Amino acid sequence: MPQDSRTDIPPRAGVGLKAEHYREIVETRPDIGFFEVHAENYMGAGGPPHRYLTAIREHYPLSLHGVGLSIGADRPLDREHLERLKALIARYQPGLFSEHLAWSSHDTGFLNDLLPLPYTHETLNRVCEHIDQIQETLGRQMLLENPSTYLAFAESTWSEIDFIAETARRTGCGMLLDVNNVHVASTNQQWDATAYIDAYPLRSVQEIHLAGYTREADETGRPLLIDTHNRPVDEIVWGLFAHTIGKIGKIGPTPTLIEWDADVPTWPELKSEAERAEAIMVAVQSRELRHVSAR
Amino acid sequence: MFRLAERQGEFAAALLDPERPMPFGLIGPDGLPSERRFAVYRNNVVAGLIETLRAAFPAVSRIVGEDFFGAIARIYVMHEPPVSPIMLGYGTSFPDFIGHFEPAATLPYLADVARIERAWSEAYHAAEAEPLNPAALAAVAPEDLPKLRLLLHPSVRVTRSHFPALSIWQMNVGNGVPTPVDLDTGGENAILVRPDAEVEVRSLPDGGAAFIAALLDGSSVLEASKAALTADSRFDLSANLTGLLQAGAIVGFETQPLGRRP
Repeated sequence: MPQDSRTDIPPRAGVGLKAEHYREIVETRPDIGFFEVHAENYMGAGGPPHRYLTAIREHYPLSLHGVGLSIGADRPLDREHLERLKALIARYQPGLFSEHLAWSSHDTGFLNDLLPLPYTHETLNRVCEHIDQIQETLGRQMLLENPSTYLAFAESTWSEIDFIAETARRTGCGMLLDVNNVHVASTNQQWDATAYIDAYPLRSVQEIHLAGYTREADETGRPLLIDTHNRPVDEIVWGLFAHTIGKIGKIGPTPTLIEWDADVPTWPELKSEAERAEAIMVAVQSRELRHVSAR
Repeated sequence: MFRLAERQGEFAAALLDPERPMPFGLIGPDGLPSERRFAVYRNNVVAGLIETLRAAFPAVSRIVGEDFFGAIARIYVMHEPPVSPIMLGYGTSFPDFIGHFEPAATLPYLADVARIERAWSEAYHAAEAEPLNPAALAAVAPEDLPKLRLLLHPSVRVTRSHFPALSIWQMNVGNGVPTPVDLDTGGENAILVRPDAEVEVRSLPDGGAAFIAALLDGSSVLEASKAALTADSRFDLSANLTGLLQAGAIVGFETQPLGRRP
């Protein structure tokens, strides 16, 4: 695949590519900024997933999102998996590659969930060592995504934001800011979500994620939000997104992705979420421009 | 001082074993341990893997019902969690697990239906290859035919059953309508192949499974025919070759003996 302008992710809204929508996208070629896929879903040797992704990649920029590297695990990275990622990147030339601040593998096996980390010096060293190895092996910068968490570790000595900022500083990785995760984690941990955004290393942010969550409660009746990706983006998260774009607008426009992975909606419903995100981006951006020209 | 490795070891063990207590020091915003919060991770891991299996084994789930499937899958997930981050491959040993699962013993064909579904997933994600044009084989001189080694499509999978597992699978996927099946009507073997975009599933003629198994092992047409005839004296070479060609299961051939492939 030739390197061209389609490789770069434009500062528009995109959506997570779902098998349910393959055909409609190929046949109708909708106007959308970019698509993102989970790398592990395209690690089969061949078949329809690769056929569709190849066809779609010919017309759209692509972002690659890993869910299996287990960056926070206190064990060596899976070299074979890293090589598979490298091959996938060479094949599809994604504009961005991102992974999570989480762990998922252990001697017992691969746990297939994004598990939380204690924010300690030991964890920081391990995470940074792994990100260095990933960026070196892949020969490119990766983006690190802030987690949605349901509990905290008593031994943590760093705040999440300081931990993330220090990781970015040491490794030179970029950030993927998941605004829904900010709302979920902030509610669950009783942090101030707006203060979280304001303190975040926004200059490193190269992509934003938005998604829906499910509301539950813990045994004391405190709200417990679950990052389910199975419904529209919540109004509170839209508000937080507008706030984020307002802050980031001074730095530069940022590609924004709608993630909807379970109870997948029809294509028009998913696309309308992306359109709403893009409308907010455009509105905030033009407001910023007016501010600039008024000065 | 907690060590990260120990922390993750405890965490992982407790995720997969509901009998184990939650690890120490996992707290809510009040600083107190919260079982409910840890349970979110337990549920995400186990329920997520059960859904992965359900998506890969839809006919098995339809046959036994959602609750029973959830129960089998839950035990399997706890005993055999994935070893790879690629979920496309999870459940390879699930058919054997079903075969040994005592509460499912009244459905002796269930493991074979699961084998068809597993083979289907493998065929779906297998490497691409162009099926051989039947005319190419027709051009081979008849006397050379027995020496031929056929290269089969990478997606080719064979399933065998002492039960009508293929019929049972077909009536439990897509728009299939389950109807009573006489389990004594005999076994059904099947070939699965994805010559283009779609996985095709066909019933195999007598001796066909042994023939394909020998071909996959690198045997020549002659050697594979002998193996097939040993397995089933009704084996018909011509019908089997035609079937394989029509299914798009042959991608090439070699006329020179090359020895067994590893």
